[in-house]
Amino acid sequence: MKPKKENSDKRIKKREPVKTSNDKWVLRLYVAGQSPKALTAFANLKKICEEQLEGKYSIEVIDLLINPQLGNEDQILALPTLVRKLPVPVRKIIGDLSDTERVLVGLDLLPVS
Amino acid sequence: MKKTELKTLNKNLIKSPTGIQGFDEITGGGLPKGRPTLVCGGAGCGKTLFGMEFLVRGAIQFNEPGVFMSFEETNEELTKNVASLGFDLEDLIKHKKIALDHVYIERSEIEETGEYDLEGLFIRLNYAIDSIGAKRVVLDTIESLFAGLPNQLILRAELRRLFRWLKDKGVTSIITGERGEETLTRQGLEEYVSDCVIMLDHRVTEQTSTRRLRVVKYRGSMHGTNEYPFLIDENGFSVLPVTSLGLEHIVSNERISSGITELDKMLEGKGYFRGSTVLVSGTAGVGKTSVAAHFAEAACKRGERVLFFCFEESPNQLMRNLRSIGIKLEPWMRKGLLQFQATRPTLYGLEMHLAVTHKAVNAFKPDIVILDPINTFVIGDKENEVKTMLMRIVDFLKAKQITALFTSLTSGESALENSDVGISSLIDTWLLLRDIELNGERNRGMYVLKSRGMANSNQIREFILTDHGVELRDVYVGASGVLTGSARVAQEALENAEVLTRKQDIERKKRELERKRKVLEAQIASLYADFESEESEAIKMIGTEQNMTKRLEQDKIEMAASRKSAIENSPTSKLKK
Repeated sequence: MKPKKENSDKRIKKREPVKTSNDKWVLRLYVAGQSPKALTAFANLKKICEEQLEGKYSIEVIDLLINPQLGNEDQILALPTLVRKLPVPVRKIIGDLSDTERVLVGLDLLPVS
Repeated sequence: MKKTELKTLNKNLIKSPTGIQGFDEITGGGLPKGRPTLVCGGAGCGKTLFGMEFLVRGAIQFNEPGVFMSFEETNEELTKNVASLGFDLEDLIKHKKIALDHVYIERSEIEETGEYDLEGLFIRLNYAIDSIGAKRVVLDTIESLFAGLPNQLILRAELRRLFRWLKDKGVTSIITGERGEETLTRQGLEEYVSDCVIMLDHRVTEQTSTRRLRVVKYRGSMHGTNEYPFLIDENGFSVLPVTSLGLEHIVSNERISSGITELDKMLEGKGYFRGSTVLVSGTAGVGKTSVAAHFAEAACKRGERVLFFCFEESPNQLMRNLRSIGIKLEPWMRKGLLQFQATRPTLYGLEMHLAVTHKAVNAFKPDIVILDPINTFVIGDKENEVKTMLMRIVDFLKAKQITALFTSLTSGESALENSDVGISSLIDTWLLLRDIELNGERNRGMYVLKSRGMANSNQIREFILTDHGVELRDVYVGASGVLTGSARVAQEALENAEVLTRKQDIERKKRELERKRKVLEAQIASLYADFESEESEAIKMIGTEQNMTKRLEQDKIEMAASRKSAIENSPTSKLKK
């Protein structure tokens, strides 16, 4: 279910809430230790969520160095990986989330232009 | 022998035995321990299986647990696929001997947003390795990552790091790769894995496919460089290092009967040498299979094991046909002394045939192997290759001291001595069956073309199939050529008649003589009788004469007396007294 947004301005900051508005966004960020990439990714994620999904999200950070077995469930290969558990379908975004545009596409917050 | 040689040469490089039949022989002990090996090949050539068998055998035979990281098949699929080869993965997983990890990567689900690495994969692999203490790792097929992850630069850098990491980890690993057009693998993995590269190949020539394996490179080690045929069957992988065999067979002086008494007589009365190679060649329908069957039956009677490869008839048909000449093979089959292997030569390639033969021989451990017939192989393949294959079979069987009997069909046009597959030089004893056409009849003749190491008979014998087996008869060689069949019978009759006549002649002569003797004796008797009668006559006459003489004397005296008148003692006076 793609939320249809007719955004004439791509640089729009505040978004309308997703249609299934009651749903909570469950995000999971897989990292390996406190690497620079991990820290960047977390910071970027935090920022995007605050801007787009204020109050509707939860972020779970999983450090695979501590819990390596947790990686299998979400088929984690690349790190860092952001997994959108809810709303379904599950989406995966790899990288340090520095490309905000692509993160939004990946999270289905922005239709592919 | 070769194996130990290689082993000493490879002292420096420690190897990890794969347990795959034949593979450890050509690599001199297995894969390089603690290093990654690249196994590449086209689709369906057995890469996954090679890796899996490496792990399973490692876990079972060498107590080295292994991790199988699959990028293509799921764990369930893998388990099912290899179960058909007799590997119980579930059990091994339960006992922490094997760990399966399916890495699933779906391009459409993934969005790339900046810098990343594959640390996740490393952590997973590391976790899997540590969870069971694995010594062996298989990554099948890591190239799938290229399809899943768009950034090739990162990927390549990470793969390089991965292989380095595997080495540091000290695990013996296999990385499989799909064959590329120009390169060994599609993504040029050989760049990263350079210690050992193995190429698997699946080739189809003349509609039959053959699997081949080649060690492209093996850093720091000797290895066989040939392409080795291999096969995948219900027992997994097996590679055939057949070309490494030398001519160092042990020979036996033991002789074994051919099952045909008259034939044994032609071979010094003892039969073939044990461990020798016998070829029975001839045109169609001359009874090659019957000769083979006799040999098989005789061997079974001695309690030996016989492996019978038939390439033209089904075992049942063969046995039915042989029953008509009084050879019953069923009881031996039931007893387990005789085993049939019936396959069409076209079913698979030569190498595969060779492999099947090897496997069957190794499994059944026969004393005698029969291949009936060998030249059917020629249909699909080049003569040269067939010869090489047969040479390998011969060598293999000789090395095992197995007596081999091949039959070969000679086509009508070619010379009889020309066996189609040109293997005569490999043969120790060559029996030639030929048909002899004479007087509107077609009869069979047999002779020993050669027999190494024995004074064989030079005679052509007539070969007759009777309801109690094969019989060999002396054929007549006369001015008109070799006589067989009814001509031979006629000749026999003729000779018999001659003998009879001669006998009668003698009898008659004897009687004649007897008669003559009797005549002679009768003559003697009659002469004697004549003589006797004459004699008695003569005696009588003599008596008369004597009397006459006496009377004359008497008369003289009487006359004298009468003249003197006083002679008292004149015979006349006496007479008067």
